[in-house]
Amino acid sequence: MISTVTTPILQTLSLSLTIGTRALFRDLNLTIEAGQCIGVLGQNGTGKTTLLHTLINFRPTDSGEILLLGHHLNAWSRRELATRLGILFQSGTDDMPATVMETALLGRHPHLAKWRWEDAEDIAQARNALTEMNLEALAERDITTLSGGERQRVAIASLLTQRPQLYLLDEPGNHLDIAFQIRSLEVMRQRVVNEGLGLCMATHDINLAARFCDQILLLTGDGEFLLGATHEILTPENLSRAYGCEIRQVAYEGGSVFFPA
Amino acid sequence: MITRHHYILLALLLVLTVFSFLVSFSSGSIDLGFGTVLQQLLNPEAGLQQQVLFELRIPRSIAAFITGGLLALSGVIMQVLLRNPLADPYILGISGGAAVAALATILLGLSGAWISNAAFGGAMLSIFIVFGLARSRNQWSATRLLLTGVVVSAGWGAMINILLTTSSNNSVYSMLFWLMGDLSQSRAGPFSALVLSAGFALMMLQARALNVLARGDLQAAALGVDVARLKLLLYFTASVLTACAVTIAGSIGFVGLVIPHMLRLLGARDHRVLIPASVLLGGSFLMIADSFARSVVAPLQLPVGVVTAIIGVPTFLLILRGSQRRDTEQ
Repeated sequence: MISTVTTPILQTLSLSLTIGTRALFRDLNLTIEAGQCIGVLGQNGTGKTTLLHTLINFRPTDSGEILLLGHHLNAWSRRELATRLGILFQSGTDDMPATVMETALLGRHPHLAKWRWEDAEDIAQARNALTEMNLEALAERDITTLSGGERQRVAIASLLTQRPQLYLLDEPGNHLDIAFQIRSLEVMRQRVVNEGLGLCMATHDINLAARFCDQILLLTGDGEFLLGATHEILTPENLSRAYGCEIRQVAYEGGSVFFPA
Repeated sequence: MITRHHYILLALLLVLTVFSFLVSFSSGSIDLGFGTVLQQLLNPEAGLQQQVLFELRIPRSIAAFITGGLLALSGVIMQVLLRNPLADPYILGISGGAAVAALATILLGLSGAWISNAAFGGAMLSIFIVFGLARSRNQWSATRLLLTGVVVSAGWGAMINILLTTSSNNSVYSMLFWLMGDLSQSRAGPFSALVLSAGFALMMLQARALNVLARGDLQAAALGVDVARLKLLLYFTASVLTACAVTIAGSIGFVGLVIPHMLRLLGARDHRVLIPASVLLGGSFLMIADSFARSVVAPLQLPVGVVTAIIGVPTFLLILRGSQRRDTEQ
């Protein structure tokens, strides 16, 4: 556990986002404390990806502020940001050849001075990440020859190698079989809790969010949102309203599952 | 990450480079032989052999090495910049601009330095036209750059055809040689050596960032790369390297497209290995091709651009087949 738990990993202060003339949400005050995971849910086009891209400073805010580790987002250089923020994109570009190991090692890029080569420590981190994603056997394979799910695991391994303080995940379960969906989020969740990091994931998988997130941001698409503890936000009523489709909840062995009626 | 495999590859390429220089020094309409070449290099004796070696062979071999190195390095950069495996040094129309200017000079009956200076000017003009048209609000999309380059290229192509169809038979012959790429009149001065060294050093400093950029603009930005600045640097570096190569030898096809791919298929995907390997292999390959060009039908000479394709096509296809087999076996 780290001692400086007083500064949140990330804070948004009355953040508003619009695309064109459409308001995605207004006055969002979101706080990700050290050790916390937040899930962002909502219909297609409600701004989940846009929010993640705003948090990593790829697009400007319309109004409001974003603080990373207590400092304004614009106060960080691109490279400083890259040592603290890591993002898993919805889909990667893997048309140039590289091995799985080389791709995982790219996560070390922001940590290394321009002329430095990866040292044994960097390589050990990449190997460790490959092991976590069960990719050791594929380490020397060209990524262009891998399946979609394997590529997603390589992308996650690269993110783990980057060792960010805040994980931003856009559909982390994309292409993954159910075992790897759970496994990859468990690995990241463990790091978040043990090392006092933060995690924010945009997903369509309500059950995955229910299982791993402490807080939920539910975007309803009309500029409004619901934000709160997972069990408060993830109710059949809220979800049915947000998705415009009836969603039911079944309890089992102390947990519950959501499914469309 | 550099592995033992990479060290072995680079060492073999160094040996190949030395060997190619010797081949290039010794072959031509007067065959000197390795023994004579070594003897003359270590202990020059005045005479015909010494004259051929020092006044013809060595300058031409150096021109071939530098041109090959420039083209291969430019090809590596263009392929990352456009994130397109089909990209080559000429894809953005640089050689077209150079060709139009060079052909116009030939049409006017000028020769020698006039042609190469005009070619360089034409190349630079084309670089700035494409740059001006492709950029919108400081945004650089690979697709937009590629489309602009291809369209500008097509425009130059039309002008080349106009020049070819309206010229006298005599000048058409020299124009065709220029267009196919030819080293027989080539001398590479210290300027081109400087351009190659500077381009190489600059790209080695950015090599790790190139690895990241190959994964896409967004991923590169997320890993801390200033993408717009890097792309600007890549565009101008690749362009100047190409302009320089075109100025020395006209547009020699195939080297810039295929040398980087060959090396990637041989395992050099990391740009910190790929960049030096490309310069060495590109240079060696062009020296060998040029040696063929001037000895196969001696005393006649073939344009070296024809030979690069004749040697390169089967070699590349063999390597491609081999790597497919390896991938399916894994």
